[in-house]
Amino acid sequence: MEVALQTLLEMYRRMVRIRQFELAATNLFKRGQLKGTVHTYIGMEASGVGVCMALRTEDLIAGTHRSHGHNIAKGADLARMMAELMGKETGYCKGRGGSMHIAAFETGSLGALAVVASGIPLAVGAALAFQMRREDRVAVPFTGDAGSNTGNWHEGLNMAAAWKLPVVFVLENNQYGVSTRIDDVTRIHDLSLRAAGYGIPGVRVDGFDVLAVYEAATTAVARARAGDGPTLLVTESYRVDGHYAGEPEVYRDRAEVAEYRAKDPIARFRSRLIGELAVDILALDAIEAEVAAAIEAALAFAREGSEPDPATALDYIYA
Amino acid sequence: MTAQARDATSLTSAVPVMSPDLIRQVDPGDGVREMSYQEAIREALREEMIGDPRVFLMGEDIGKHGGAFGVTRTLFDQFGGERVRNTPISENTIVGAATGAALVGMRPVAEIMFVDFSGLAMDQIATQAAKIRFMTGGQCSVPWVLRMPQGGGAGKSTAAQHSQSLEVWFASIPGLKVVLPSTPYDAKGLMKAAIRDDNPVVFLEHKLLYAFKGLVPDGDYELPLSRCDVKRVGDDVTVVASGYMVWHAMLAARILEAEGISVEVVDVRTVSPLDEETIGASARKTGRVVVVAEACRSYGPANEWAMVAIERAHDRLRAPIVRVAGRDSPIPFANSLENGVWPSTEDVVAAIRQVVGSPA
Ligand SMILES: Cc1ncc(C[n+]2csc(CCOP(=O)(O)OP(=O)(O)O)c2C)c(N)n1
Ligand SMILES: [Mg+2]
Repeated sequence: MEVALQTLLEMYRRMVRIRQFELAATNLFKRGQLKGTVHTYIGMEASGVGVCMALRTEDLIAGTHRSHGHNIAKGADLARMMAELMGKETGYCKGRGGSMHIAAFETGSLGALAVVASGIPLAVGAALAFQMRREDRVAVPFTGDAGSNTGNWHEGLNMAAAWKLPVVFVLENNQYGVSTRIDDVTRIHDLSLRAAGYGIPGVRVDGFDVLAVYEAATTAVARARAGDGPTLLVTESYRVDGHYAGEPEVYRDRAEVAEYRAKDPIARFRSRLIGELAVDILALDAIEAEVAAAIEAALAFAREGSEPDPATALDYIYA
Repeated sequence: MTAQARDATSLTSAVPVMSPDLIRQVDPGDGVREMSYQEAIREALREEMIGDPRVFLMGEDIGKHGGAFGVTRTLFDQFGGERVRNTPISENTIVGAATGAALVGMRPVAEIMFVDFSGLAMDQIATQAAKIRFMTGGQCSVPWVLRMPQGGGAGKSTAAQHSQSLEVWFASIPGLKVVLPSTPYDAKGLMKAAIRDDNPVVFLEHKLLYAFKGLVPDGDYELPLSRCDVKRVGDDVTVVASGYMVWHAMLAARILEAEGISVEVVDVRTVSPLDEETIGASARKTGRVVVVAEACRSYGPANEWAMVAIERAHDRLRAPIVRVAGRDSPIPFANSLENGVWPSTEDVVAAIRQVVGSPA
């Protein structure tokens, strides 16, 4: 697949933005400067970026408890993201949502829902609306491997398949749901086989390879736009951090983690860009510097913002 | 209830026949027709679907079959399968898909066949739809309606999993509105308001009321959500009730009128958000309060209304509040057991006698 240089650089930029954002968030959390929990997307950047680069702004994603990366991949602003993590009025959700519900509707989101796989039905319904209104739009719900064991997930695939809705179901197999290995709670190893039960294509792709994800997502999105119905896209990856920042990880070997950490999707993409695709190293360095500055600016913006005024506590409960 | 009070009502043997003229909300005349509660809901759906292309229906067997209670009958023929959409048996996804469609600007009216099945959809109702606007800082809204038949009684024998009254499940979740109409007139006007409202509205329909008839104006009217309706003005005692219980209250009021007891009936036709003002004002006026709900007694809706009366009228109350409510029991099948589960007109009569008879 021929990918324009500009697109390649934008992919790289978004992956670096996610990585830097997650490192900054983890750092703040470990120093006690963030409340709640932080579920990072480190090591999985190629999945969200590969998918979202295949989408347009008007296409909608549905997120999970682990959606900092999905939002940034879809184009969200780092400063308003960081302000939300800090519970500030200047955050995307005005401090009402925090890390687990962070969602930038302006860049095409249906929300981030922290009950595992509960975003699946929302994406199905949005896709139903697109189909009824003959709109050229696609809905893309993300879930984890563990999410694919829920009723939500199976009901949603069935309904979308039955009605040929424009959905791409992205299943990010990072191999764990908290401490539980997917192989211990599911008989099949290749989760894309589940698609067959619903009569839709199931595609399995290397989730450390942003171009492979992008290509598979592009095909699935084209199929959805053409009115041919949903696809199940499984991105095979790994969660190199704990389930949440600071989680003790007593259930897995450090050697296993090290093996996957070495597969770093950003380092891999970088060497491919330089080696195979002849991208100028300076262009990549410039992106990294630009992102570092954006992170500093985001932290400053977030710190400056104020927490919501208690007088507004009842706002947004009813429209 | 005392044995004497029970005897005095002379209603022990028969299931009361509720005459439409117990509740008169519209005068007969041009542009007014008598129709059933079921027809009134259907008319509201039909008119809203004609007037607004964003409105569509989804649920199990709602197409040609017309739904378990026939409410959507004929709508499939008029609007087709895209807007009167049969779904798989996937309650959580029916509601969640309604939310997703609503988030992108549609106005779905979803149906769950019996409120008893809402347990399967509770995540999407209570944890997603009710909260997504709040937790995203107002970036979105969820303008859906969720229709669910509830309640039981009168020897229908639908037993434990098709007869419950569950309005409190939804009323205890901020972000939802909960409607429970008691008459055809209210059903049409509240359904229109619910569809036009920008919030998720749980619209509970009492199964026994589907066949009840009443006068309904042709064409468009909306009734306010979150207001109680005073169905009968009186001076001596306030009866707060909702759904089918309003009819028991109205019949009880008529029976006691003959004895010179003047009963005010406040219909909590929108259960949540609760119109505390109307309940409070009526309680202050009469100084005596009976609360009546079909749902289970413990932690039931009637308790909430009683608390509102205490908070707003404690200095005017001349007698302890009396509660009439469903028994804390799963709904049994056999008629001999079923009959005792729900409040009856005679229970309401006895409760009113009790508060009126108490020393002032
Ligand atoms: C319905 C539900 N059950 C349990 C949880 C608690 N929980 C949060 S994340 C998680 C694991 C999810 O694993 P997976 O879907 O693979 O996503 P990942 O965290 O790996 O990205 C669990 C069990 C939840 N949020 N929702
Ligand atoms: Mg996982």
